[in-house]
Amino acid sequence: MELLFFYIFAAGIVGASLLMVTRANVIHAALSLVLAFLFMAGLFVLAGAEFLAGVQILVYAGGIMVLYLFSIMLMNVGVSIRLRQWHRQSVLALAAALLLAAEIWMVLGRGGYPEARRWPWKLGETPGNVEALGQVLYTKFLFPFEVASMLLLAAMIGAIVLAKRRITR
Amino acid sequence: MGIVAEALIALVKIAVVLGVVSLVVAYLTYLERKIIAHIQMRLGPMRVGWHGLLQPIADGLKLFLKEDIIPDKADKIVFVIAPVMVLVPAFVVYSVLPFSQNFYITQINVGLFFILAVSSLGVFGIVMAGWASNSKYSLLGALRSAAQMLSYEIFLGFSLIGPLMLAGSLNLQRIVEAQGDVWFVFYQPLAFVVFFIASLAETNRVPFDLPEAETELVAGFHTEYSGMKFAFFFLAEYANIMVTTAVAVALFFGGWQGIDWIPLPGFVWYLLKMGVLIFVFIWLRATLPRYRYDQLMRLGWKFMFPLVMANIFLTGLVKYLFL
Amino acid sequence: MIPLTHFLALGAILFLIGAAGVLMRRNAIMILLSIELMLNSVNVTFVGFARQWADLTGQVFAIFIIAVAACEAAVGLAILISLNRDRQMVNVDEINLLKW
Repeated sequence: MELLFFYIFAAGIVGASLLMVTRANVIHAALSLVLAFLFMAGLFVLAGAEFLAGVQILVYAGGIMVLYLFSIMLMNVGVSIRLRQWHRQSVLALAAALLLAAEIWMVLGRGGYPEARRWPWKLGETPGNVEALGQVLYTKFLFPFEVASMLLLAAMIGAIVLAKRRITR
Repeated sequence: MGIVAEALIALVKIAVVLGVVSLVVAYLTYLERKIIAHIQMRLGPMRVGWHGLLQPIADGLKLFLKEDIIPDKADKIVFVIAPVMVLVPAFVVYSVLPFSQNFYITQINVGLFFILAVSSLGVFGIVMAGWASNSKYSLLGALRSAAQMLSYEIFLGFSLIGPLMLAGSLNLQRIVEAQGDVWFVFYQPLAFVVFFIASLAETNRVPFDLPEAETELVAGFHTEYSGMKFAFFFLAEYANIMVTTAVAVALFFGGWQGIDWIPLPGFVWYLLKMGVLIFVFIWLRATLPRYRYDQLMRLGWKFMFPLVMANIFLTGLVKYLFL
Repeated sequence: MIPLTHFLALGAILFLIGAAGVLMRRNAIMILLSIELMLNSVNVTFVGFARQWADLTGQVFAIFIIAVAACEAAVGLAILISLNRDRQMVNVDEINLLKW
């Protein structure tokens, strides 16, 4: 049963991302990526990461992609559709990407991993994923957490400074 | 057999909830017109049926039979999908709300987070509607509305952290049960006020309805829409109102719990409380003037954000020192 | 129980699609979107490992990756917007003012 849902979600993600990479219209590509993120959130729930699924929809689909859509609207989509979409060295690029994927698979798919363990809680029960994640995040990973907030502050300031219109004269 | 039976029961529950919600949303349009009319000392719809009760059916028929205009240079796929993207998140939230002790479609241990995440997808529909119409006014209205919704979504999320800290769980059924003695609105009045104002802004209601005000030149992001697609936007607004009041009832007003010596089933209490909040929404529309866009943003970021942060801080302090 | 190799294969396929998108498209925004896809493929791998060994470290890393992706998207789009002010479209092979 789980395997069936995994195949459904995986097919959705791969289909939506293929759709994204091949679209000429950037808005259609961004919307296909949102669809891929929604399927991915479903996959995360299947893997027992419920909080991460919520974060994926809230932050990635509902925040970052809205940012992308706003920026795309500020650029001229009508002009960019009529230009050539693909690089001159596309074939070579595809070959390089396939080589990369083969390498990744050779390293990761080798096996020999320790055996699987189950989560000590069931989906839907409290205390569950969120409580345990909170415990780990604020004790073992407190320092990276604070550093991440500093990083977000720096990125926010940097984005404002970069995109500000320079007032000359 | 267990899986199939469970799936069938879930489907029946979904059908019941969706059916009731769609019916109530349709009659909410009628109710709004009647209530605003009576507040303004006039009668409202009176012709269609007894005291205008068949007015929603007449409206629905009219919108259904109108010509479906798609502008020539509009992005056809996105133009058609946009109304759906606004309506669907409102309906999906109903799947985690506990209408009674035993009647809920599902119960997940990240229920509140799920609600926040899914309602943040509503912005997409508005942005896409404004973009796909290929019209300057639509795009400007959509960008304004989206910026307003995005800002106030943050305050919505932060205002929910207060009750969350008191209940100790994201599971909506646990939050409702934690209000057994005292409703959270008495413990967290500040959070409720911020939540209410933020949900007014989220649903584009007065006093935050600049994107679709009647005195504006055009109708904002749904300018180019006609017929059934316009009906979708219209219904989506009322569906959003119902959903935010339902969440407010679950989080602040004790959900399906009522006064013990009046024997009513749980979901009747739930609907009654929702009704009171929806009446306040409609009352505000008849009473308040409209905020200008920069006043709106200033209210949000300079007034409500410090307020909601102070609420979280105070709740945490009180909980640490006394509980 | 879903075997670990399924998650790893999915991650590798998504990484391949994202890398192909980065290397093959001319529009700068498409490249940024493909980078987001690559980051998500890494998320899938992390979540797969977290599920295999019931260790929350994978999920915590995935949360940090999402935070870093948000920063990178913001700064990258700011750069693109400021580039777009002078010229009308952002195809990466035309951004060549520093070329010798």
